[in-house]
Amino acid sequence: MNGAGIIKGMIETARNFVGSYHDKARLTTVQYPEEKLPPVENARTIPFLVFDGDEAMAGLRCTACQICEKECPPQCIYIIKDPVKKPDYVGKMQIQPKVFDIDISVCMSCGICVEVCPFDAIKMDQVFELSTKDRFGALLLDKTQLAKPNDYFVKLHKTEASEIDVRRDDEKRKAEAAAAAKAAAPKPPAAPGGAK
Amino acid sequence: MSGLHQILVWIGEITGIIVVFGSCFALTTIAERKILGRMQNRFGPNRVGPWGLLQPLADGLKMITKEDIVPFSADKTLHFLAPLVLTVPIWLAFAVLPFGRNMSAIDLDAGILFFFAIGSASELAVFMAGWSSQNKYSLVGAMRAIAQMISYEVPLVLSTVPVLMLAGSLSLNDIVAAQGTHTYLGLACWNVFTPWGLAGFLLFLIAATAESNRSPFDLPEGESEIIAGFLTEYSGFKYALFFLGEYLGLFAMTGMAVTLFLGGWHAPFSWLEWVPSWLWFGVKFGALIFLFIWVRATLPRLRLDQLLNFSWRFLVPLCLINLLVAAVWFWTRGWNSVPALLIRWLLGAAFIVLPWHWLGQALRGPLPPPRKYTYAE
Repeated sequence: MNGAGIIKGMIETARNFVGSYHDKARLTTVQYPEEKLPPVENARTIPFLVFDGDEAMAGLRCTACQICEKECPPQCIYIIKDPVKKPDYVGKMQIQPKVFDIDISVCMSCGICVEVCPFDAIKMDQVFELSTKDRFGALLLDKTQLAKPNDYFVKLHKTEASEIDVRRDDEKRKAEAAAAAKAAAPKPPAAPGGAK
Repeated sequence: MSGLHQILVWIGEITGIIVVFGSCFALTTIAERKILGRMQNRFGPNRVGPWGLLQPLADGLKMITKEDIVPFSADKTLHFLAPLVLTVPIWLAFAVLPFGRNMSAIDLDAGILFFFAIGSASELAVFMAGWSSQNKYSLVGAMRAIAQMISYEVPLVLSTVPVLMLAGSLSLNDIVAAQGTHTYLGLACWNVFTPWGLAGFLLFLIAATAESNRSPFDLPEGESEIIAGFLTEYSGFKYALFFLGEYLGLFAMTGMAVTLFLGGWHAPFSWLEWVPSWLWFGVKFGALIFLFIWVRATLPRLRLDQLLNFSWRFLVPLCLINLLVAAVWFWTRGWNSVPALLIRWLLGAAFIVLPWHWLGQALRGPLPPPRKYTYAE
């Protein structure tokens, strides 16, 4: 019949109109500033530096190897090595960064720094409300601003973080065992897994 | 003294129309966006003010403060004049509409003729806008607009002819007065309660939708095809004027539909006549505006050939047949017993429903042969 499709369509829209007032499930819009969706585990925005323990600068996993700096496609990472070494999680003395800056106005959120880091020291954050009125100073983050605890990392990327934690605990235990029986046996080469 | 008095009355009438329909425009823009949103399971604008009610204010401020860009190679005079030519005549069209009892600005003997004559000026404005912009999208939009508006002018005017014939007058006040009688249970004798009136009402609404360039007949603007059609090169206040003109055109058409078919400012039942007449007009007006928004939320845009076929092969013949239905209704006006009335209705309905079915079938026609591509096979 002529016009039957039009009537059908009109009924559908009328149903939407009435339904959207009493059936909240129809309205899928998330009203952003008031409501927020929980972040997805694989979401990524800008990198941050992971530290262990309570002291941010002491527990920083970064060894200033500068791989991320060299790999970064838009060259937004700037690192200066500190001659003063500090022990890492297995007790080995490592170089630490004196300066670790990321210009987040340049960062393109590719995550290559994370992929190349052999120390699981740099990971992707999920913060996104980063707008600021100072576009030069406030968008250049230094290592104190970038450093975030491991708990935070676990919270963001649960699967990846727990895997890393298990491996690092394992290595730590091995290192302790080796230290306990350090009489003659040569130290097994600690192979922190960056091979992914 | 009486001359001064007359001038004051005119100023009062003009101010009233501009204030009422100007605020109607603001209200409709927000209402349309809200209702469209709800019909698509969205919220619609709800950020500016409580429930987003100040949205028209924000839109207006934005439009006024935007830069007014005129293309370098545009015909500057026509480009400037087009929004004015669109808006001014439409304000004039409101002069003849009776908004309530004794509430029309001027009672012209040929009010409906004046209305359609003034209303067709918008075609000129749209073509001025499209041509003067020196932009191919503008020109395509303007040419579509001309084809569409001239094609739909015919059914628009033809669908009103039965009303004029049966009321015996071109004056809108007389037409409203002719619908002021009552029948069983005090039901008003509106034109829409007759077979020719119902058909004419629907035909008028379809033609009015096309005439005011609204979806599903929004080809001249067709955003997904030709950017914004004849509006492409307009910005800022001129753009706002075009929108004002389009909405006012819609209001004028809606007011006309109410006047011609829905009994104007009359109440639907005689025992409801105590409600102010302008309120009845407003209620019918609002309901029709809602219907237009509802249709916009539902139907997709037509193709140009479908649009023209629909007008010339469906609406125009139906309008002509509707004249015959009106004639039958007129000849059988003495049949007032209930079975006779039933036969009268069936006769009228048959005259309109059967052609409606056949014309619709013919309009679909055989499917076109599969398209042959020369290069892109």
